[in-house]
Amino acid sequence: MYKNFVKSLITVLFLFGFAINANAEFKVGFVYVGPTGDHGWTYQHDEGRKAVEAAGIKTTYVESVPEGADAERVIRQLAQSGHDLIFTTSFGYMDPTNKVAKDFPNVKFEHATGYKREHSNVSTYSARFYEGRTLLGHMAGKMTKTNVIGYIASFPIPEVIRGINAMTLAAQKVNPNIKTKIVWVFTWYDPGKESEAAQALIDQGADIIMQHTDSTAPVQVAEKAGVWSFGQASDMQRFAPKSILTSIIDDWAPYYVERSIAARDGTWKQQDTWHGLNEGMVAMAPYNSAMGSGLVNEVKQLQKDLASGKVHSFTGPIYDQKGNLLVAEGNVADDGMLAGMSVYVKGVEGDIPK
Amino acid sequence: MIKIEKRNEAPNSIYFLTPVLAIFLTLISGALIFFILGFKPLEALKFFFITPISDLYGLSELLIKATPLCLIAIGLSFCFKSNNWNIGAEGQLTFGGIVGGGVALLFYNHDGFYVLPSIILAGAIGGMVFAMIPAILKVYFNTNEILVSLMLVYVSKLLLDYLVVGPWSNPEGFNFPETRQFSESARLPILIEGLRIHAGIFIALISVFLAWIVLYKTYLGFQIKVSGLSLKTAKYAGYKGKTMILLVFMVSGACAGLAGVGEITGPIGQLHRMISPDYGFTAIIVAFLGRLNPIGIVFASLIVALTYLGAETAQIFLQVPKYTGQVFQGMILFFLLASDFLIFFKIKFLGFKKYEY
Repeated sequence: MYKNFVKSLITVLFLFGFAINANAEFKVGFVYVGPTGDHGWTYQHDEGRKAVEAAGIKTTYVESVPEGADAERVIRQLAQSGHDLIFTTSFGYMDPTNKVAKDFPNVKFEHATGYKREHSNVSTYSARFYEGRTLLGHMAGKMTKTNVIGYIASFPIPEVIRGINAMTLAAQKVNPNIKTKIVWVFTWYDPGKESEAAQALIDQGADIIMQHTDSTAPVQVAEKAGVWSFGQASDMQRFAPKSILTSIIDDWAPYYVERSIAARDGTWKQQDTWHGLNEGMVAMAPYNSAMGSGLVNEVKQLQKDLASGKVHSFTGPIYDQKGNLLVAEGNVADDGMLAGMSVYVKGVEGDIPK
Repeated sequence: MIKIEKRNEAPNSIYFLTPVLAIFLTLISGALIFFILGFKPLEALKFFFITPISDLYGLSELLIKATPLCLIAIGLSFCFKSNNWNIGAEGQLTFGGIVGGGVALLFYNHDGFYVLPSIILAGAIGGMVFAMIPAILKVYFNTNEILVSLMLVYVSKLLLDYLVVGPWSNPEGFNFPETRQFSESARLPILIEGLRIHAGIFIALISVFLAWIVLYKTYLGFQIKVSGLSLKTAKYAGYKGKTMILLVFMVSGACAGLAGVGEITGPIGQLHRMISPDYGFTAIIVAFLGRLNPIGIVFASLIVALTYLGAETAQIFLQVPKYTGQVFQGMILFFLLASDFLIFFKIKFLGFKKYEY
């Protein structure tokens, strides 16, 4: 009886597996941390997915997957249900992605913003958002009257600290008197907390509001208070038409299309991608004409120079808050230093939360 | 005018049939919603309720998801039966996770049989202590336990945030908000190779059994029941109300703490900010759907767990919005309360006469 059961179970499982393989159409799966309508991080990843779909490849997504015990099940289910390439688009999916990748050697995995590639079928990718921050810093330094730049930060990870530093360095270059004030909100998406932070910064004299969080709340607060702001992840211009000078746009579409086609055609290889303005993974929304055409042209030139590599966001001399030299004159910070960045540069106020 | 009257008698069997009725009505309304959204109702329901558990892996995932819900709901049933409204199980779960996780980090790279039991015990005690706060405030200062326990959820979540960002964050983890992965000795053993089902399910089953004994076979259980039905009767009978309030909160907190520690030593394996997708709140639905009865809660936790899995599967195969899972949970509770109301009360239409007092 028991033996029969096991036998039939094996047969059924085998047939089931066969059935999946038999109608194997190439499919790409996406795992999102937020809802597709967040108008920030997840929204942009979904735009990328739509581009893959437009390129004639079938896609699937699962939204609002918590970064806890559920992530592994969702990733595994996508792998099991015949998806050949899976993009996991939040840092917290790093360990689950690698775990599932081990059990599905024929499925390719792409994890955004992580650093673990434990198996040959796992790639990682991220964008050089800091190049966009350099442009923001330039504009902020020129536009501020109070010389206080307010910055809403999410978590004290290298990516966020890199953005703060890149912005501050660029702002100092055009206006040595600026100060960067930071509020840590410890969330990527919480409109309530983000708007409180924006208000607190404005109350402390900031006339520029910048965010490394994903909701549109900060730019809306800035619009109401009549100060300048910058959008994050997607073009947030319509939420604060007067206040927004530009937005840093995460454009995942070219990368997603390229990698999906590579996986379909069998040319996909493991890699660690870090693309910026040059490759178009970081893009800038239209510049607000309220800046004046002189400044707009200046910024456009700087954008070109950053893309071509003529200008680097982290060019020495760079000092930390205590005045220690981080990067010597004439040198630029290498990717290793950027990837592990964990100190503020001079001119940033406060301490990194520990 | 409409007049609502309590019915004199409702047969006992109906009491356990209404949850079934509620689920049935949910399925019908669910099919209707799928239809309106433009999906084939039967196909959508199949992907929602059958596909997720059509293989061993799916069943194992169902049990993983149901385990914390069942544990918390069992604890909550002690509180709810005795008219104590502990809404903060999520906070007690988090605090249990914090204390248990702290012990796990303390024993980092330790081997030994004592590691896992001490983590589990620490988690239970953590949840228990955290649940004592609203209980003590209620007993000695007459505060509202709903408010206090709910507010404490935010306290424990913020404490967890602070710990995983700051002092407990992984020293090799580039400041990302998470601790190290716990050592193997601190993890609940996997029951079946290749699946994620872990020994935490036994903790839940033992709790169900103990809860059934205490609630139905002991004097204490009788006291809890009487206090729930009528506080005045309980006082008249001379039951020590204060001790009982403390006790039910302790049981409830310990269960939630166990659920938290089961998550971090089971499928997650570390502390980070998302150790629970609001299990503590969903378990309130589970407790009521299960009629505050241990066996009922087992079934209710499986059904509610299935709504989570089903929402994922339905989105993968049909791209149904993921939030339909929450809609289903809400509908189950709504229909349960509605059918309860109609069974225990009757509505009389009195016409448009002037109401006479």
